[in-house]
Amino acid sequence: MAGVNTFEVLSPGIMSSVQDLGRFGCARYGVAASGALDGFAVRVGNLLVGNDEKAAVVETTLMGLRIKVLRDTVVAVTGGDLQARKGSEPLPLWRSQLVREGETIAFSGPARGFRSYLAVAGGIQVAAVMGSRSTNLASGFGGFEGRPLRKGDILAAAPVKDLTRYADRVFLPEAVPTYSAPWRLRIVWGPQDDHFSDEGKQTFVTAGFTVSPDSDRTGIRLKGPVVTRKPGLEESIISEGILSGAVQVPGDGQPIIILGETASGGYRKIATVISADLPLLGQITPGDEVSFEAVSMDAAVQALREMESKIETFKRSL
Amino acid sequence: MGDRGFLVEVGQEISADVNRRVQELMLRLQQVNLPGVRELAPGYRSLLVVFDPLAIAPSELKTRISDVAAWPGRCELPQAKLITVPVFYGGDYGPDLGWVAGHLGISSDEVIRLHTQTIYRVYMIGFTPGYPYMGELPAPLVVPRRSTPRTRVPKGSVGIAQRQTGVYPVESPGGWQIIGWTPIELFDPKRQMPSLLEMGDGVKFEAVRQVGI
Repeated sequence: MAGVNTFEVLSPGIMSSVQDLGRFGCARYGVAASGALDGFAVRVGNLLVGNDEKAAVVETTLMGLRIKVLRDTVVAVTGGDLQARKGSEPLPLWRSQLVREGETIAFSGPARGFRSYLAVAGGIQVAAVMGSRSTNLASGFGGFEGRPLRKGDILAAAPVKDLTRYADRVFLPEAVPTYSAPWRLRIVWGPQDDHFSDEGKQTFVTAGFTVSPDSDRTGIRLKGPVVTRKPGLEESIISEGILSGAVQVPGDGQPIIILGETASGGYRKIATVISADLPLLGQITPGDEVSFEAVSMDAAVQALREMESKIETFKRSL
Repeated sequence: MGDRGFLVEVGQEISADVNRRVQELMLRLQQVNLPGVRELAPGYRSLLVVFDPLAIAPSELKTRISDVAAWPGRCELPQAKLITVPVFYGGDYGPDLGWVAGHLGISSDEVIRLHTQTIYRVYMIGFTPGYPYMGELPAPLVVPRRSTPRTRVPKGSVGIAQRQTGVYPVESPGGWQIIGWTPIELFDPKRQMPSLLEMGDGVKFEAVRQVGI
C-alpha cells in the first residue's frame, strides 16, 4: 500500500476499528458484511475530505480514542457526537478541517449517538481483503491486522496533493441526522412475520423496548414485553442467510436487531429495518428506548431514495 | 428480507435434494446476472438474494427470480470436491466423546466408526467464515446440543448436534458436542478461494488417532 504514516493511536478507547462500507459477495462462504455501522456518516465524512465515499475510516465507540497526528492533513469527524477535540478546542462535526503534525484528536464521551467516524484525506490505507478494508472481528482479518486498534498502532493514509482545498468544507446542515432517542425505526414485515401471533406482531409495533447493555457490533439486544410466536412452533428454524437490520426473535421473545457481523442465523425474523434507517442502528446506545413502525416496501424504497438524494445534492455542491 | 433482500424458499426440510435445488437456483441466477443483485447467500433450504432497490424495482426483481426458478428441468452442477479431513478423536481433542458414547450407550470406538463411515454433504457455509454445516449423521449418532454452550470452542474442533456435523474454522462460542479436532485450515482469507469447502462438497472424516475408550 502506498500510504504515509498519518495517525498514531495513543489510546484505542472502548472499541475502535478500521471500516469501510462493508464486504459483499462472500456470504456464501459464511463471511458477513462487517463495515461501518453508520454508513451514511462514513460516506459524508469521506466526501468532505475529498475521498471516494467507500474509503476506509476509523470507527470509534462511546469514548476514549486518542490519536496523535503525524503529518499535516485534512480530517472530518461525522456520526455520533462523542465530543471530539483537537488539542483543547472542540472539533466540530460534519465538516473537514486541517490538522497539524503533533496535534492530538481525542473523543471524550457521548453527547449524542454511540459511534463516531474519523475520515482522513486519502483514506486509511490497509490491504483490501475479499474486496473490502473492513475489519472482520469474528475471524480476525481485514482492517488493521484483523483486529480492533491498540495503543501504538500507526495508521497510514494515501498522500494527497493540494490538501487545503479539502479543508473547511461543511455538510448540508439540514441533512445532518439528529440521532435522538427514543428511536423510532421503520421496518418492513418479514420474512417470518407469519410465524408470530397477531398479538405478538401487535406488541412488536406498539411496545417500547430498552436497549440492553450486552449489545455490540453483532447485534442490538432489546428488553421489553415478550413478542409471542404462534403456538406449536419450535424456538429455532433451519439456518438461513441473514442481513443487517433483520430483527430476530429467539425463544425468550426478546428481539435482537442483527448488525453487520453475522452471515447466517437460525432464529425467526419478524421484520427487517429499512435501508434508510440502517445508519441509525450504529448510533443506538444501551439504555435507549426503541420502537418499530411498519411501512410498505414502496415507502421504504422512497425513504432510501430521499437519503440518496441528500448525498447526491452534497456531491454536486462540492 | 426488508427492502433489499428476498428469501427464496425452495423447500421446507433439510434434504440433499432440496439443498441441490437451492444450489441450482444460485447457479442459474449467477448465469442470468440480474441487475442490482449484490449477493447470493444459500442456506439449507433457501436462497437469500440481496439487491439494491434503487438499481432494480423489488417487484420486477421478484418476477424475474420467479421466472428463473420456474425454468423446467434440472441444471448441471459443477463437480463437487471430496475432501478427506483427518481427525484426532477424544481426549483433550474431543472432550465430549465420552459423554456422547455414554448418552448413546455405545463405545467411543463405535462413535468414531459411525462418524467416519459416511461421506457428508456440505449443506451451507455459515455461522463463522468457512464453517461447514454437514449432514446427515447416521441415525445412531444423533445427540442433542450441549445444554450449556461453550463460550470458547478451539479452532479445528469437530462437533456433532442432531443430524449435523461441523468443524469450527476459528475459535468461537459453540453449543455442539465436540468429539475431535483437525489441523486442516478451513478458512484462510489470503487464499484465492478463502473457504476450503463450499456448498455441495463432500467430506469424509478419517481417524488419525483414537484417544481414550
